[in-house]
Parts: sequence; C-alpha cells; structure tokens
Amino acid sequence: MPPSPTTALIAEDEPLLAQALKAELTRAWPELQVVSTVGDGASAVAQTLALQPDVLFFDIRMPGLGGLEAAMELADAWPAQSATTKPFPALVFVTAYDQYAVQAFEAQAVDYLLKPVQLDRLKKTVTKVQQALANHAQPAIDFEATLSQLRSLMRIAPSPNAVPLKVIQAGVGNRIHLVPVDEVLYFEAADKYVRVFTAGHDYLIRTPLKDLLPRLDPHSFWQIHRGTVVNVTAIDTVTRDEAGKLWLQVRNRPGRLAVSRLYAYLFKAM
Amino acid sequence: MLQYSVVMKRPPIFKRCLQAMVFNTVIALGITTFDEKGLVVNLVYSQCIGLSIWSLIEAAHGTLVRDYATQLHRMFWIVPASVVLGYLAGTAISSVLLAHQSLGLLVHEPRKALGFLFISMAAGGVISYFFVSREQLAMARLDLARTQADIEAAQRQATEAQLKLLQSQLEPHMLFNTLANLRALIALDPARAQDMLDRMVAYLRSTLSASRVATHPLQAEFDRLRDYLELMTVRMGPRLHYTLDLPLALATQPVPPLLLQPLVENAIKHGLEPKVEGGSITVLARLAGAAMVLEVHDTGVGLPPNQPPGFGLTQVRERLHTAYGDLATIELIATSPGFTCARVTFPA
Repeated sequence: MPPSPTTALIAEDEPLLAQALKAELTRAWPELQVVSTVGDGASAVAQTLALQPDVLFFDIRMPGLGGLEAAMELADAWPAQSATTKPFPALVFVTAYDQYAVQAFEAQAVDYLLKPVQLDRLKKTVTKVQQALANHAQPAIDFEATLSQLRSLMRIAPSPNAVPLKVIQAGVGNRIHLVPVDEVLYFEAADKYVRVFTAGHDYLIRTPLKDLLPRLDPHSFWQIHRGTVVNVTAIDTVTRDEAGKLWLQVRNRPGRLAVSRLYAYLFKAM
Repeated sequence: MLQYSVVMKRPPIFKRCLQAMVFNTVIALGITTFDEKGLVVNLVYSQCIGLSIWSLIEAAHGTLVRDYATQLHRMFWIVPASVVLGYLAGTAISSVLLAHQSLGLLVHEPRKALGFLFISMAAGGVISYFFVSREQLAMARLDLARTQADIEAAQRQATEAQLKLLQSQLEPHMLFNTLANLRALIALDPARAQDMLDRMVAYLRSTLSASRVATHPLQAEFDRLRDYLELMTVRMGPRLHYTLDLPLALATQPVPPLLLQPLVENAIKHGLEPKVEGGSITVLARLAGAAMVLEVHDTGVGLPPNQPPGFGLTQVRERLHTAYGDLATIELIATSPGFTCARVTFPA
C-alpha cells in the first residue's frame, strides 16, 4: 500500500494571507496536500476533527476562537489514543506580531511563523514538521508533550491588573450581592457571562473568565476546563470513566464537572 | 496634583542653639578686647543675653512666622523686641549668676548699657538676617525644584500621550499584517498591490503629520478614512463592507485631523474583527441646526456591558475638549443589538 500523502489545514482569517501561505507551502513542500482552509477558530476545530490532517497552521488572532484557544479545544476533543486513531497533528502557529507569544514559542518545541511568511523560514518549519511526523513512533508521549506546550503557552497571557479578588460583586435585579471568593465552589463560563456557584446560590456576573482568572489565587482556584474554574477545597472526588475522561464531584452540589485533558495532570493520587 | 518627597528641613533645634552659642562666644571675645572685665564675666553676660534673645526670636519665629510668603515681615519687629526683652532678661540672669548688681549699670552708666544693647541689637539683627535669608534661599530652591518637576512631569505626560497615540496608529499587528497582505498581493495582482501601497503611504504620512495642524477639511478626513478602510478591506476581504457619506456642502468644514480614525478603528477592532461573518461600517457627516454631527456605525458584535472607555475613545474626547470645550460631545450608542454608533457633535 502506498503511503497516504501528508495533509494540512490552514486557519487564517485574512483570505490573501491564507492564499499566500498555501502558495508558499506548495513551493516549500510540494507533496503536502492542503485539505482545508478556514477563517475562524471554531471552523478550524470542526474541520480538523472531521478531516484529521497531519499538520495544522493556526493564526493566533482569529474571530471567535483564536488559534491558541482552538488548539486547546481541539486537544480536548481529539479521540483518545488507540491503534486505529491518528496521532494529534503537528501544530504550527502563525502570527503577525505577538511579543509574548513569540517568546513562549521560542522556548517551546511547537513551531511558529511570523507574517509576512518568507520561503526560507517556511522551509525550516517544514523540515521540523517532517521530522516530528517521522518520529510519531510514540504518539502518546507526543500528545502529552503537545498538551504541556499548550498549557505553558496559555499561561503567558499578560495580566496587567491582577489585584487579588476578595469578594465577587454579583448584580441581581437592583441589588448587588457580595459573595466572598472563599465561598465560591466554582465558576462556569456561560456565553458572555460567568456563572458563580456557591453552596446555596448561583449568580451571573459579566466579567469574562479570562479576566477573572488572573485575580484568583492559583493555589485555591484551578482551571479544569476552558470554561470551568473550581475551588480546590470544594472538590470531593475525581473519577475516571471508561473513556479515560476525568469528572469532578463538587461538595454540596449535584452533577459533576468535566476535566479537560489539558488539566488532567492536576489530579494524581498521592 | 503631584506629590513631592522633597521637604525643606531646618537644622535641629540643638544645632541652632549651638550656632547661637558660638556667635555669643565670638561677641564675648570681641568685648573682652576693649572691656576691663575678664573673659569669664563677658562670656556669662554674652551667653545669657544672647541665648535669651535667641530663645525669644526662636519662639516668636516658631509661632508667628508659620508662612514665609506672607508672614516674614513680622521679623522686622520680632527681632528688635526680642533683643530688648532678651537683653534685659539676660542681664538680670547673669547678675544673679555672678552676684553682680549689673542692673545698676542701666542707671549708673546708661551710655555703656546702651552700648551693650546696641551691640546686642546689631548682633541679633545680623544673625537673624543670616539665618532667615539662608532659609529663604532654601525655600526658593525648593520652589524652583518643584516648578521644574512640574514642567518635567507635564512634558513627560505629553510625550507619553503622543507616543501612545502614535503607537496605537502604527500598531505592530496592523502594520505587519498589512505588509504581509501587500507581499502576497505583489505576486497575485501587482496593480492592486501598488494601489494598496499608495494608500498605506498616505495613511502613514497623515498619521505622522496629524499633530502638526489644528484642523483639516472634512474631505481630507474622509479621504484618510477611505485609505484606512481600503487597507482593511484588502485584509478582511468579504468580511468588511464600508460606506462613506459626506455631503458635498460639508466637504470644506474644518475638523481636527484624524479625529474619527480611532472610532473607525474601534468599530473594526471591537465590532467586526471578533465577528466571524464580519459586517459593515458606515461613516457619515450631517448638519443638525448649528451643530456638526459625525457618526461611525458598525454592525459588529455590539457594545460589551459596562466597558470603561479605552484609549481611542478617551483620546477623541480629549481632542474634542481641547478644540471646542464643553460645546462638543461624544457618545457611544447601542442602536440595536449588535449595532453600535459612535456620535461626535461639535459647533459647525
């Protein structure tokens, strides 16, 4: 059986740049098949899951989900490793100018490209990706490495006004409830809002989770999913289901919370 | 108002006392050269009189001259009064100390007594003048330092604002993405690449020179907006549509240069860029009575609730205030869900 050709997906919101990257790729890597070009993060996740390409070129800034967020969502949704599934694709981030991200990329094995993309630089990336694909002997280890890289990339987002939060001010009608942060069991992102759960109540606040997170004590509040931040002391049990997915049971609350693969490393028996 | 950590400090009281005693000793030595009494006696007199005068001046200075700017003239009567009183008190104290009947001197040898009073007066005056002028000099230096700090702070703020403005207009993300598009276009469509480059040149030139003129015609303002929006159209493709509506009659109306630029940038950055399907932007000018109304509409993701005004909006507000005072207004209106309008009004 002839080896199937290597496939790629490009996620770039500026059409000319997507077109140019595709054209440069055909010169730098003629055998590569670009199976899909999308213009936003959500489509990138959906198309990657559907087409399972070998290489992903993700722009960092895209409408809706950005490149990093899309990669995280993808890492979570990627089918569990088995003999029949394809390994997680090799990731290349593309950015025009992101000081912080570039610093982080330098430190990581994940490759990145700066716009305008130049052929010589692209060729180096191609060599790197080809090597990575050839070394896919131990996909499980590979995947763990990707997860840890994504985690450290997410952490580098600057947080200028990280004043620790003591109380959550939640508006209910014409009143504002002051909820001590310690009493919060967990936060859950809900569309444009964040839902705050305590033992007896839940409140809606308008501060996005990404603005809230830098203001919470990282030792007390753990992010366990893109949209969930939980008070560590409120966790009762952690259970692994048949699919290998982790679930949290929170004290004084019905239902359970899903733990993203990215954050599964947080839970280990001592 | 700025706070200063610089505070003027007088020397501590024991040091001032010591300085007074040194002066007293010098005077005693001087008197001993022509007086038949011994140095010890002169020293006692000189210290007693001198320290009495010094304490009186010190006390009066501390209570009556709290504000140098308005109360310093009081020293003109504080010093002589303290000298006379201090002279009498000092003489009385030294008589007791030396068991002399020195107060008799006032009666028996009024000329000599007056002479000593004169010496005290002269010494007190000279010493007070010396210290007060030294303090005044220090105050003046402090004032100068404050003024300089004020000027420097104001200059620094102005420079920072200018830099921030320039930085926001030459935002690296915008710059490099535009250059990347230009690079792609050169291969695909050289004529369009040239047009894009021309617009970029016009945009950069106007950005860099905007602070040099107070106003330019509305037509020029709209031309620059068209340059910017054309650049953004190349980048965003079908995700951006725009309309510029400038009635011919208003084309020559003066307007602060690039006033609307931050508003259009905001409409793209906060309105259209986060929206997957994109949307449209409309910029229009109209007259409402005697008022000039400029509006930037977008069909983006809508205004986030309780958002504090960002740099762009604050900057437009400040520029309007500088140009028109309280006669200008700027408002952000959520015209309907997802539709935002930034409206600027000022006297035509």
